[in-house]
Amino acid sequence: MAAERPADRIPVLEPGQTYASVTDHMSALVLRGPTRRGLVALFLLFTALAILFGYAVIAVFARGVGLLGVNIPVAWGWPIVNVVWWIGIGHAGTLISAVLLLLRQRWRTSINRFAEAMTIFAAGIAALFPFVHLGRPWLFYYLVPYPDTMGLWPQWRSALVWDFFAIATYILVSILFWYQGLVPDLATLRDRAVSPLRQRVYGFLALGWRGSARHWEHYETNYLLLAVLATPLVVSVHSVISLDFAATIVPGYHSTIFPPYFVAGALLSGFCMVVTLAVPLRGLFGLEDFITLRHFDRMAKLMLASGFFVIYSYAVEFFFAWYSGDEFHRYVQINRLFGPYAPAFWAMLTGNVLVLQALWWRRVRRSLPLLFTVAVIINVAMWLERYVIVITSTHRDFLPSMWDSASATGWDAALLIGSLGLFCFLMALFIRFLPLISIYEMRELVREREAEP
Amino acid sequence: MPSLNRRELLQMLGATASVAGLPACTREPAEEILPWVRMPERRVPGEPAQYASTLSRDGYGQGVIVRTHAGRPTKVEGNPGHPGSLGATDPQAQAAVLELYDPDRSRTPIRAGAREATLADFDRELEVRLDRHRQRGGEGLCLLTGSVTSPAAVAQLERMQQSMPAVRWYRHDALARDEVYAGARLAFGAAVETIYRPDRARVVLSLDADLVGTLPGSLAYARQLVSGRRPTPGDPSMSRLYVLESAPTQTGAIADHRHALRAGDVYGVARALAVRLGVLPQGERADIPVAEKWLDAAVRDLEAHRGAGIIVPGDHLPAAVHALAHAMNERLHNAGRTVLHLDPVPAGAGSENATLASLTDSMRAGSVETLVMLGVNPVYTAPADIGFAGALTELEYSVHLGLYADETAALSRWHLPEAHALECWGDLRAYDGTPSLVQPLIAPLYGGLAALDVLARLNGRKETAHGLLQEFWRPQAGSDFESFWREALETGVVPADTHGRVNRTVQAGLERRLPAPGPVDALELQFRPDPTVRDGSHANNAWLQELPKPLLGLVWDNAILAGPQTAARHGVVDGDLVRISHGGREIEGPVIVASGHAEGSVTLMLGYGRERAGRIGNGNGYDAYALRSSTAPWVADGAALEATGRRAQLARVQQHHGTEDREPVRESALHEIGALAEEGGGGGHHESLYPGHEGSRYQWGMAIDLNACIGCRSCTIACQAENNIPVVGKQEVARGREMHWIRVDHYEQGSGEERRTYFQPVPCMHCEHAPCEYVCPTAAAVHDSEGLNVQVYNRCIGTRDCSQNCPYKVRRFNWLDYNGYESGRFRKLATPAPQRNPSVTVRSRGVMEKCTYCVQRISAARIEAKKDDRPIADGEVVTACQAVCPADAIRFGDVSDPSTAVSRWKADGRNYVLLGHLNTRPRTSYLARVRNPNPSALGDDDDGR
Amino acid sequence: MPQVFTPRSNNVARAVVFGSIPALVILLLVSIALARSSLVTGKGRPIPQPVPFSHAQHVGALAVDCRYCHVSVEESAFAGIPPTETCMTCHSQLSTGSDALAPVRESWEEGEPLRWRRVHDLPDFVYFHHGIHVSRGVGCVSCHGRVDQMVTIRQVRSLHMKWCVDCHRDPSSWLRPPEHVFDMAWRDPEHPSQTGRKLMARYGIDTASLADCSICHR
Repeated sequence: MAAERPADRIPVLEPGQTYASVTDHMSALVLRGPTRRGLVALFLLFTALAILFGYAVIAVFARGVGLLGVNIPVAWGWPIVNVVWWIGIGHAGTLISAVLLLLRQRWRTSINRFAEAMTIFAAGIAALFPFVHLGRPWLFYYLVPYPDTMGLWPQWRSALVWDFFAIATYILVSILFWYQGLVPDLATLRDRAVSPLRQRVYGFLALGWRGSARHWEHYETNYLLLAVLATPLVVSVHSVISLDFAATIVPGYHSTIFPPYFVAGALLSGFCMVVTLAVPLRGLFGLEDFITLRHFDRMAKLMLASGFFVIYSYAVEFFFAWYSGDEFHRYVQINRLFGPYAPAFWAMLTGNVLVLQALWWRRVRRSLPLLFTVAVIINVAMWLERYVIVITSTHRDFLPSMWDSASATGWDAALLIGSLGLFCFLMALFIRFLPLISIYEMRELVREREAEP
Repeated sequence: MPSLNRRELLQMLGATASVAGLPACTREPAEEILPWVRMPERRVPGEPAQYASTLSRDGYGQGVIVRTHAGRPTKVEGNPGHPGSLGATDPQAQAAVLELYDPDRSRTPIRAGAREATLADFDRELEVRLDRHRQRGGEGLCLLTGSVTSPAAVAQLERMQQSMPAVRWYRHDALARDEVYAGARLAFGAAVETIYRPDRARVVLSLDADLVGTLPGSLAYARQLVSGRRPTPGDPSMSRLYVLESAPTQTGAIADHRHALRAGDVYGVARALAVRLGVLPQGERADIPVAEKWLDAAVRDLEAHRGAGIIVPGDHLPAAVHALAHAMNERLHNAGRTVLHLDPVPAGAGSENATLASLTDSMRAGSVETLVMLGVNPVYTAPADIGFAGALTELEYSVHLGLYADETAALSRWHLPEAHALECWGDLRAYDGTPSLVQPLIAPLYGGLAALDVLARLNGRKETAHGLLQEFWRPQAGSDFESFWREALETGVVPADTHGRVNRTVQAGLERRLPAPGPVDALELQFRPDPTVRDGSHANNAWLQELPKPLLGLVWDNAILAGPQTAARHGVVDGDLVRISHGGREIEGPVIVASGHAEGSVTLMLGYGRERAGRIGNGNGYDAYALRSSTAPWVADGAALEATGRRAQLARVQQHHGTEDREPVRESALHEIGALAEEGGGGGHHESLYPGHEGSRYQWGMAIDLNACIGCRSCTIACQAENNIPVVGKQEVARGREMHWIRVDHYEQGSGEERRTYFQPVPCMHCEHAPCEYVCPTAAAVHDSEGLNVQVYNRCIGTRDCSQNCPYKVRRFNWLDYNGYESGRFRKLATPAPQRNPSVTVRSRGVMEKCTYCVQRISAARIEAKKDDRPIADGEVVTACQAVCPADAIRFGDVSDPSTAVSRWKADGRNYVLLGHLNTRPRTSYLARVRNPNPSALGDDDDGR
Repeated sequence: MPQVFTPRSNNVARAVVFGSIPALVILLLVSIALARSSLVTGKGRPIPQPVPFSHAQHVGALAVDCRYCHVSVEESAFAGIPPTETCMTCHSQLSTGSDALAPVRESWEEGEPLRWRRVHDLPDFVYFHHGIHVSRGVGCVSCHGRVDQMVTIRQVRSLHMKWCVDCHRDPSSWLRPPEHVFDMAWRDPEHPSQTGRKLMARYGIDTASLADCSICHR
């Protein structure tokens, strides 16, 4: 019985899988396609939500950010919360594919592909929200250093400028990494596709991959190089984003712990999202042999690890609020505990601190329903964490006369829910048209297992 | 004759707008330029011109200087040479330029039933009727006006009464000060106007009077009062202000000793004071809601400063209180020194038989055939008990002259559009009787008539208002009328003072003439004019609607004020809808729990619940007139309050009034003022990694004296008028999106005698180390070499990081299209283009904005100075908020030059900066509040409701 | 298994891969150039006016001083467009029959202003003041070009912010002595920057504040 075996005794690939079976299973998902009614209905739902997102974005562009729940003093609202949250989710992908690759963690193999897709989609969606947030999004290019007719440059001291570059770089590298990983599989699909159209499309994308030894040699080198290139990004992106807050003087933003704190939070939410996706995918597409309990066990442990850094950061925030002796900083923390936004804070704490502890138990780590629930709860709690940071800091800052709170509008909700829909929509398309598990890397696993005595 | 030029200018109005670079213009491919056909003399295209004129302050004159761009009046400033202004104006005067261009103003004559009507039709009809009246000596012809302080108009009215003795002239003014004149008659046997000289006073005792707020002379009183309240560590001398009041007022807020009691109890207290001062015989010992100790202290203080004290009773208090005040001021030798008497300024003030009530009676009696109503709206403002509206509908022939086709116009036979004060000739007397001229700055936009024009018609005269005006003043001018007239127009004050002082003494046996103090029972009901829309005549003015009311921060509504205990007793909280019933009538309105309001008493604000005010004014708030009776217009007894269980949304600009011990406002007692200096100004003394601020020769800065600020918020609306600040409406304000660049923070602290109210005007601090600047990704928030923290609108993409990082939260954001260019939603609120100040960019949606220290005025001064190669003189740059301030609480200038006024203030020991520990090094600093308590009045355990 | 692609399609692939980069660069360059072209700036485009007024004729041939018509150029922000009156001072006598002048006579008789069309149109958020530039020795020519040679007036400068700012950051080479400000043909006898430096001192021009945003934007 799986649950009884220690983690390392569970194989990352269940026995009985051969080169052929792996290839068949994966390519079948794409070439024949899962056409169950339920899935189609689900896909339609995602499409609808994606459209809702588009509608909300257009509305905000056309009529102004005043549609959202923002005011003075709370001039940053849900869009900023969403940026940070989505970017956070976008983190696990690169970590799993790049860092774990460098660390020779073979178990990454079956989850890296869709984790990377998740990364790209999440980061892409995150990159949309700044535009929703801007007062005059059509002038965003003022952030870019280009030879203008005004004789002006961006204001380099501002963290927002570096944000722009950080996010852009991250998305670019993630896409390259993901695409290169796909090439051999695209070749496989090209060769197995029957319809000439598919042959041509996959063929074009496969860039003439023939799997010769030279191909593989270049491929591996390049893949490693990209991994090395991508690794620092895992740390940089969210650190830079955290500077939007840390570099201000706002009590509750202004804190040196923010860069590592944000990265840890990002990883936590990232792994949660991977689990949240892996569990249903495994069930829906019969991947039990490829995504085994060992994967979940490992990821749960990673969640626990990063989760503890997050908890540590919470503690540090409170400690320094007290230790700084700054009455404004102190008040912000007290106000988070007992102020008008206290429910959000306590909900966040419950999720990220209490619920997380469940992962100490192997039973929980090995039980998909439980693990799934934990992951979802923490995803929500992580959103609330960003909400608490962004909203509660300025709503009661320095001058009591300007204390006020902002309440979100329907448009805020539409944007958040819509972005989730868009995300699922994109994931669905990915699953339909590309192998969601790296075929050739699974083949390697098969070989390794056969190599084992 | 400048007026002729301006009449021509009107033809250019629309077109020259584009020349003046009217920011409202969107950029068309080929903009048109329309030059003059004939160029008027002494006029520089593109440069603003200024003219002196007079605007009404509840009927009394306040001298103003109006700035026009290409013939369009765009801004009103006070006239320093005018006694009723001294350079300041009230918020209503600031909003006059908006009223002028109000598209809802009545544009054509309206004849009941007729589809269209012209002025000619009216003249024809009127002529016929007038002949009939003239044959009968004017019998059946009645006139209804507000309180008239215009000498020329009075002359015409008298002339009419001479030619037609039977004509009857009635006066109705919702804010009439009848009790004041009645009180004078009670004391002196004749109605007199009483004015005060707080600048000569060391001790002021206010009996429920809003000395610096709502009296006709308040603009001057405020200036004069605070002139005696500017102590420095060097010279720690300051007058003392005692206030007994029923509802919280600005005067109470700045008092050294404040005590809350019901208006009905003031008479009893006045008697107690009179006894102590020997005005009334000893022996009477009524129990009064003020501690003996408190009264004794005040009395000792007053007696210690004979001839340098003032006892000022509230306009709404019964005549007896006024009479007692006169007697006490006389006994203290204040009369003639700090308390002066004149003949009543409004014509026929306080005559009982010319009231609206008596008019209504004779209308019912059928003795009125023709009723001419000039600039009044009695159908709305009439007391509920006389049923004027009903009588008017029955009336066969009625004529209404008004700016708007209002409630009265709807029930009149004829409505004539009235010319705005900025469009017509006339004259007005100030609170102290000083006459000044009203001159047109633009030809009537909708061809309205001035009151004088109508009076001319009634007198069968063909002259224009201008003609009648000159006709009246010519005899006063002496030999050289031309120079007299020019001087009157240029200085804004008529040189000949035709309104003399009178010396009155209280007639003996006053105590016998005084009524016995009756007990106040049940719930007391008070009516007060609204601080912004007054009696309701300004209801359609969006700037005034959105101007936060002093001490309430309420906009777009009126409320019912009740003390905390009273509210608790009835189980109501802020925003609860309550039903107030009195004398068989009832109204419903939202409650605001006002700490410091007298318990057992509620205050209703007049001027709301309009039905025919216009698109802005209709349907805001409740109509308090519906409860008002002609017998007790100000204070009534035996009202009932019950909660309805429903709630109303109130939009208020400030949610939190506690200071959280963050000391945004510093305060010290007068005897400890030296400690402030030692405490240091805070900020500016920290080490910093930033480079020091080096720049060009001028370094601009501002200082605000919190001991002078009276919280009137004139600065807020003046800034709005100068800087094209949009109006956002009730819903947006409720969401915390008001746009005002200078707000007035209002804090409450303590309770009882120790209860303190603080005002703090907060514009942009223009920090030298500005947190907003380094976070802006596009360098839209940057510093200029003269120390201004400027916001470059056309570079702003709206990340709002600057506002997030601003510890003072003085930045404002265009969340939506507040100027109504794209969407219809804000179009009705949008300021008409001709009012816009062409020297200030109109901000579009998605752009951050904030106080600029009126950079356009700095630039203008800099350019002028450079052109004649001289430095900018101190006082040459005056910001809009500084110019309008009645209390002279704001100084602005070059802080790099120690000799400037602002530098001298900043050198004062009271000077400090807000949140100095952040080391933002603000250029705007504050002078601390100072309290001058009477040692012997302190520490009594009174709960000071 | 049949080949999916012919060998030629490799070229296509190469073209796509290697062609895309230059394509992007070109696109960028084009857009940069476009922003500076007269298509966008309106530079050099003659704008038809209600009356075919020729500056060449009046300024060039007849040597009428700029200030004769643009009266307020020395004190006001707005240089001033002459009232019909000004035209009629001469044209009530001269070429009274000319059809070209018909609109002028019409305007004079009917008191209706002529509707000139703006040639130099700055954005509404820019505050340019003729008076101060003229009084600090910036010649008309510097911004408006050789008006005395233009039959129909047209914009000769881009009016880009950069163009303004360049001068504001260092005006020395654009200044002239007061007496030559309205002189169309003036050439600096000595080296411009030397004159400039002298004039900067003479006019008391303080470059510290000259490039402030608040100088032009309010």
